[in-house]
Amino acid sequence: MAKLSLRNLNKTFAPQVVPLKDLSLEVEDGEFLTLLGPSGCGKSTTLRLIAGLEQPTQGEIWIGDRDVTQQPPGDRNIAMVFQSYALYPHMSVYDNMASGLRLKRMPATEIHHRIDEVSQFLGLDGLMQRKPGQLSGGQRQRVALARALVRRPDVFLLDEPLSNLDALLREQVRAELKQIFADQPTPIVYVTHDQTEAMTLSTRVAVLNEGLLQQLDSPKRIYTRPANRFVASFIGSPQMNLLSLPCQGEYALLGRYKVPLPQPIRLPEVVLGIRPEHLRLARPGETLALALQGQVMLVENLGMSDLLSIQIENTPYWLRALLSPDQSWADRQISLMLPSESLHWFDPQTGDRLF
Amino acid sequence: MRQDSLRQREQRTGWWLVAPALLFLILIYAYPIARSIGLSLFSQNLGTELQPVFTGLSNYSRMAVDGRFWQSLGNTTLFTVLSVLLELLLGLGIALVLNRSFRGRGVVRTIALLPWALPTALIATTWTWIFNDQFGVWNDLLLRLGLIQTGVNWLGDPNWALWTVIAADVWKTTPFIAILLLAGLQSIPADLYEAHAIDGATAWQSFWQITLPLLLPQILIASLFRFAQAFGIFDLIQVMTGGGPGGATETVSIYIYATIMRYLDFGYGAALVVVTFVILSLAVALAAWGLTRLRAAHNLGDSR
Repeated sequence: MAKLSLRNLNKTFAPQVVPLKDLSLEVEDGEFLTLLGPSGCGKSTTLRLIAGLEQPTQGEIWIGDRDVTQQPPGDRNIAMVFQSYALYPHMSVYDNMASGLRLKRMPATEIHHRIDEVSQFLGLDGLMQRKPGQLSGGQRQRVALARALVRRPDVFLLDEPLSNLDALLREQVRAELKQIFADQPTPIVYVTHDQTEAMTLSTRVAVLNEGLLQQLDSPKRIYTRPANRFVASFIGSPQMNLLSLPCQGEYALLGRYKVPLPQPIRLPEVVLGIRPEHLRLARPGETLALALQGQVMLVENLGMSDLLSIQIENTPYWLRALLSPDQSWADRQISLMLPSESLHWFDPQTGDRLF
Repeated sequence: MRQDSLRQREQRTGWWLVAPALLFLILIYAYPIARSIGLSLFSQNLGTELQPVFTGLSNYSRMAVDGRFWQSLGNTTLFTVLSVLLELLLGLGIALVLNRSFRGRGVVRTIALLPWALPTALIATTWTWIFNDQFGVWNDLLLRLGLIQTGVNWLGDPNWALWTVIAADVWKTTPFIAILLLAGLQSIPADLYEAHAIDGATAWQSFWQITLPLLLPQILIASLFRFAQAFGIFDLIQVMTGGGPGGATETVSIYIYATIMRYLDFGYGAALVVVTFVILSLAVALAAWGLTRLRAAHNLGDSR
């Protein structure tokens, strides 16, 4: 099949409106790449540029060895699943799926064969003569997927395809999506603002913010080694604790506690990050020098764990920790361990990861 | 028991609330229609010294052999079909242009709607002058272009008179259709076109496969409105040609008006009214039935 590559893409609507500043990345065959970011980060613009619905101001888009930058959407051989599904309301499910193939003047028998195959695979058999309005949300979503699959395109684009489903269905369809696209031998580009979708579905995730690529990595790396402060705070729920601490060569000072840095640095300040799920209680025998004493100010029950907001003794700093809900934490004085292998350090000026 | 009386009381209140509207409808619609049907069974004209004389269906049998009636019906049909068709085509074109965003769209939209807002009699007079054989701007234009050698008397020529009336009507009513269709166009989601473009459709294919089918309800509604209006056309023609020359632009309404107001033949006039009423009702019922069917097939698709 064909690799998708974006080269220095820029989209400028007006001097003040630049949804995409400079983006270069490559998506290999069979790779599931997710564009993740808050609204306005440029992820949807990127997708529309790949689809050809918008023209880039600068940069190139290549599919395999074809430069498609100037090509109209229909000549790029891509398929897109829209957030709204964009099903043709006046056509039956069958005609919706056949539409793109008929436009390519494919013989009716071949169209029939392809639709048969995909509809069986997605369990749409009995619905072929219905109109989109007679389908449930989940069924419509599936028809939109089927319409993309029958095309057998060079690239799949999916624009927040799960956001119109209710929470329960979303989880189910997410798992189905993973199965369906695991077998597709083409690049798949998926846009979402939902980090769970990004983490579960993708082979790689591109985190975008303000039109710039923040990090392009496997979901695991994105979580364990966020490249900068933005990625660190955007990925993970509940959010990572990020504290700006004064720095003294080999130590960062958290009140009267000295948190050792992996290497000495010459910065007046440093940002310490630790995920709430990595904070744990100090065990009775452990050196109390590395344990932080704190007062539990707030307990939020998340079901499988309790989210505690803790004020560190004699400091203005707060930490949030996920701890087992098997005991009552309210108003307690506890001592927390900061496991050194789970600490993230960022430059407070640039936001970049230090170590 | 108690529930029953509650329901009854509700129903009684309901009737009271509906009563004024019902009375209004009876007085304004039902009574004149019934009266016309009744009158159509009588002869009441100068021959009977304006006294009603029961003559059964003789007015209707007279109509069957009344050449002038058939000619006016033919004129009306031609006028209706041609003007509605032209208005739909032009209206759709204007709506498609106005549906695109461009600088000054609001101004253009307002200007486009102006002809519809002007009084018909005024428009009719203006168009009469435009088509005037000596001073008309239309003849002047054709002369300058060298398409004709001498001025044509458009309104006085039986071959052309109906066309001049149609031109004036199209000019006046196209904006109405354009605005109606524009509303329909704006209700079609943009992502359908995007999906279709990605599927490989050209703009022309999208127009036939997306725009037209999804606009069909609005097209039908517009045609229905316009059909009913055009079939009863009176004011424009009365002012421009008065039905002439030689009955070339005489529509059913003009003929009815002449029968009653000029020849004082009330019985026969009533019979003409009844026949026109039946034809119109049938056409409207047919269109409404089509619309319901279309809605049933479509609207399922619109509900989200």
